[in-house]
Amino acid sequence: MSEILHVEGLSKTFKLSRKQQKIEGTTSSRKVAVDNISFTANRGEIFGLLGPNGAGKTTTLRMLATLIKPDQGDAVVDGASITKEPEEVRAKIGFLTSELKLEDFFTPNYLFDFFSKLHGVEPGTIQARKKALFERFGIDRFAEVKVANLSTGMKQKTSLVVSLVHDPDIIIFDEPTNGLDVLTARTVTDFLQELRGQGKTIVLSTHIFSLVERLCDRVGIIIDGKLTHCDTLDNICAGATLEDRFFEIYKTQKGGAE
Amino acid sequence: MRHNNILTIFRKECARFFGDKTLLFTAVIMPGLLIFLVYSLMGKGIKSDLDSRMEQSQQPVAVMVENMPEEISPAFDSLDIQLGRFDTASVFAQVRDKEQNIVYVVFPAEETAETPNIRIFYNSANPASLAAFNDISYRIEAWEDEQCNIFDINADVNECCDLVVEEDKDDELADVLSKLIPMLILMMLFSACMAVAPTSIAGEKERGTIATLLVTPLKRKELAFGKILALSLFTLLSGCSSFLGIMLSLPKMMQMDSAEMDMNIYSAGDIVSILVVILGTVLMMISCVSILSAYAKDVKSSGTLITPFMLVIMGIGISPLLGGGVPEAWYAYLLPFYNSVQCMSAIFARSATVVPVVVTVLSDLIYTLVAVWVLEKMFDSEKIMFSK
Repeated sequence: MSEILHVEGLSKTFKLSRKQQKIEGTTSSRKVAVDNISFTANRGEIFGLLGPNGAGKTTTLRMLATLIKPDQGDAVVDGASITKEPEEVRAKIGFLTSELKLEDFFTPNYLFDFFSKLHGVEPGTIQARKKALFERFGIDRFAEVKVANLSTGMKQKTSLVVSLVHDPDIIIFDEPTNGLDVLTARTVTDFLQELRGQGKTIVLSTHIFSLVERLCDRVGIIIDGKLTHCDTLDNICAGATLEDRFFEIYKTQKGGAE
Repeated sequence: MRHNNILTIFRKECARFFGDKTLLFTAVIMPGLLIFLVYSLMGKGIKSDLDSRMEQSQQPVAVMVENMPEEISPAFDSLDIQLGRFDTASVFAQVRDKEQNIVYVVFPAEETAETPNIRIFYNSANPASLAAFNDISYRIEAWEDEQCNIFDINADVNECCDLVVEEDKDDELADVLSKLIPMLILMMLFSACMAVAPTSIAGEKERGTIATLLVTPLKRKELAFGKILALSLFTLLSGCSSFLGIMLSLPKMMQMDSAEMDMNIYSAGDIVSILVVILGTVLMMISCVSILSAYAKDVKSSGTLITPFMLVIMGIGISPLLGGGVPEAWYAYLLPFYNSVQCMSAIFARSATVVPVVVTVLSDLIYTLVAVWVLEKMFDSEKIMFSK
């Protein structure tokens, strides 16, 4: 399998306000969110970033999506550098996170057309792709309903569909099933597998072990901003369950840090 | 930069604005309607107050006169006078009572070496008493003039001696408009900016929808241009509504006939110049408000940030009222907002030349481009866009 994503020495430090220092229980005015992370993802695989809350998963994905800039390091997404060619990177990826919202005022139909135009999708392709995706997620019945009036699950599905208007080869999902009911979560995970079948690459972050076990071909374990392990699921688990193995790694990492 | 993307953002902003009936009503229809209603009601109130004072001042007044010399009595013809000696304290009490229409005139009892002083006691809170005081003062002054008449002025000619040409008569209206209208236009445009810009930029940050735009291949510059162009259109529409409201209600407010408010004193060139200056002003104003709005965390805090800026704009808006005329040096028209106000003032005063208009519009366009660049950098800044 050929490499489509190459991450090299990615680091990000945030400045903490006094209030944030109190919340974090630290006297340091800076927090290293991502510390020299390197990994690769290949075409047609699902790569999972597994870690507890605050480990640096979302920050890593936001850097890959060019929403924030790394302090050090770089990543090359299908030949485009996130630091030097951010617009090209954004054209190549589909990015979905709970922090990305859709305008309540518009309908899924309008939003699909709007984001398609921003991605430069040909007018003839837009309608065919919209029909296929709307039918796949059951949005077609709600195509003319304003986002404000959609259920949470339908909003999430619309966000997912809108992030894929341009049929990207690499899809970055931050906590893809977070906040979804079981039915919608299942629809999303089934779709991710379907995308992998089409040769798409998916990079997702999660703290749900079962999701990683069900979906991911390779996993990166991230704790306190450091990528401690990055391998296939079988190699990381080495016969143990992912949950047991993760806590073993976590304890070792925390013990080492202390 | 891709024009298609700017157009896509522009269309989306238009769809949002024109599709939201509440926003359309509050930003476009309500300002003009409110201004028309408020100014019309104020004009009606002022007219009613003036009529009432006029009616009161025409009520009969009792004129109590002491020590009146015989020779001055013709000056008091047609007045309801009561001659005699009065109890001063009692008359003062009557004059102080504003319900009684009384004036008390006291001529000096004895001749003195100094100029004789006539005392007229009246109550300024009673329009009839005040009007009678003015009338009696005028009658006595006129009688006094008659006694030592040396010259008459324009007394023996039937024709009008005012040689003013019709065109110059319009200057009076132009002068009033040149002081008032630029200030009103600036304030209306700013109010319109306040109504549309924070929702579009700080609102998108607050709702989390700006991030969705920022992960598309859209360049930040295209986003900035698209938003500024769309917001400028909404501001112009809102400004037009307010302008219509003012122009329709101004004659009522200023107690003028619509014939007196004849705007035909302005040429097509004046109108075009005004429109071009307004367009430049709107672009720059929207750019500045957009920058403040982009810096704010949410719509509420953007209001807090914009308020001091609004005070500055209001201060600049009243500059034509401070007198001194419009500046002559071309570089004075490089000062943002001040240039627009002074330029509009000069156009309304019908004294504008080409150079100030050109300098104003060009400098406004350059400032707008600088502001777009700043906004582009702000859209690219994670600290500004994703600050919590």
